[in-house]
Amino acid sequence: MSIDASPANSPSNEFSGPMVRFDKVRKSYGSLVVLDNLDLEIARGEKVAIIGPSGSGKTTVLRMLMTLERIDRGVIFVDGEPLTSMNRNDELVPADAKHLRRMRGKIGMVFQHFNLFPHMSALKNCMEAPRTVLGLSKIEAEARGRELLSMVGLGDKLDHYPSQLSGGQQQRVAIARALAMRPKVMLFDEVTSALDPELVGEVLSVIRKLGADLDLTMLMVTHQMGFAKEFADRVCFFYGGRICEQGPPEKIFVAPENERTRQFLRACLEAT
Amino acid sequence: MKFWDWKFTFEILPLLAKAALVTLEATLIGFVVAAILGLAFAIGRMFGPKWLAVPLAGFIEFIRSTPLLIQIFFIYFVFPEFGVSIEAMTAGVLALGLHYATYCSEVYRAGLANIPRGQWEASIALNMSPFHVFRDVIIPQAIPPIVPALGNYLVALFKDTPLLSAIAVLELMQTAKIIGSENFRYTEPITLVGLIFLIFSLIAAAVVRLVEAWLRRRIIHS
Repeated sequence: MSIDASPANSPSNEFSGPMVRFDKVRKSYGSLVVLDNLDLEIARGEKVAIIGPSGSGKTTVLRMLMTLERIDRGVIFVDGEPLTSMNRNDELVPADAKHLRRMRGKIGMVFQHFNLFPHMSALKNCMEAPRTVLGLSKIEAEARGRELLSMVGLGDKLDHYPSQLSGGQQQRVAIARALAMRPKVMLFDEVTSALDPELVGEVLSVIRKLGADLDLTMLMVTHQMGFAKEFADRVCFFYGGRICEQGPPEKIFVAPENERTRQFLRACLEAT
Repeated sequence: MKFWDWKFTFEILPLLAKAALVTLEATLIGFVVAAILGLAFAIGRMFGPKWLAVPLAGFIEFIRSTPLLIQIFFIYFVFPEFGVSIEAMTAGVLALGLHYATYCSEVYRAGLANIPRGQWEASIALNMSPFHVFRDVIIPQAIPPIVPALGNYLVALFKDTPLLSAIAVLELMQTAKIIGSENFRYTEPITLVGLIFLIFSLIAAAVVRLVEAWLRRRIIHS
């Protein structure tokens, strides 16, 4: 992991520094500080699990990265470029729509509540953005959609509408839909939290497969400690808007140093 | 003099049928204007920049709070004072469309506000442009639930077309008035006009219900 490259001066296609870098990022809602001077670096291809109690700012990290939340202070760099601002005459100015859309194109997100388009079939859900955003022809977009849906095990459900699919199936469509945009970074926001317990496995095994087959940087907020332990390269424990402890899963789950981490993991263990 | 003259009735029926076409034309064009302009109003008011949204809200409130007849008169008689002369039918249709656009915009507003936030967020995450988000994601979901309400306004607009007789558009009411004054018989023409309106209203209501059912079948909601 190289971290010393100066992101501002490197063209994105050659940039070899971290895929994502949070630089003193702060977010508050009124007087409630959600993220407090967050510094976080994620290397290319790294799989990071974010855990922590609710209200600790985990989801906000992903939502800011997806430009769904404004950044109050600090800068997020993606692929070496500032996400919501841009360089003009050596000064950072708020990004214009063009820059934002180019940056967003590097990122895909899967939501807790799937957020599929209910009026489109599984295949159409996967074709919509590739057609309208990437300008793919109908044939190309359909081929891509079919391929991805069969990759997530839904090759026989192409024409089903979201309402005709189980939660686990809907979430797998959502994963295929995000992948159809060929992002470099995939964000998973509690993607199994809304699922019935028996459906969690099928979604996790799809994510496992992505991790193995694709060269993706993955960032996931999860309550599935077992999965985080087995899948992630690194685990970040969030508490009160900052990273309280981070490290490889063996360390965090086996020998956490911080008392809060220990408390949290104990509480999680009791719940299962 | 008989109360009801069947011979006279059949004599004037073709005239009224012809006028009914004008009424239908005014209704349909007026409603198309209302439906499109209404959507634009709603989007501008909900998502437009402040300099657009605020005056738009004021304008909508103004149109909604003043009588349609005055608006018709204004467009037809006052606009020419500013050098804008509009032919009666066009002025009438414009006034109808504008007036009902403000009502429709409130209906659209409700429909748009009902789209879950997750749909917007998914669209942003997929990097879609605002145009495509509205065209492909938001509007197709916002419209089906409000079809009944829009349909009601279609019928209401239709029933307001007699106001165009005030600027001498030869629609049903104006034609009936002319027939009445020429023959000194008002019973048949006015009654027939009422009947024609009744029949069309019933047909329109049935069509709206059909469209509603069709949309519900076509667009499956989760």
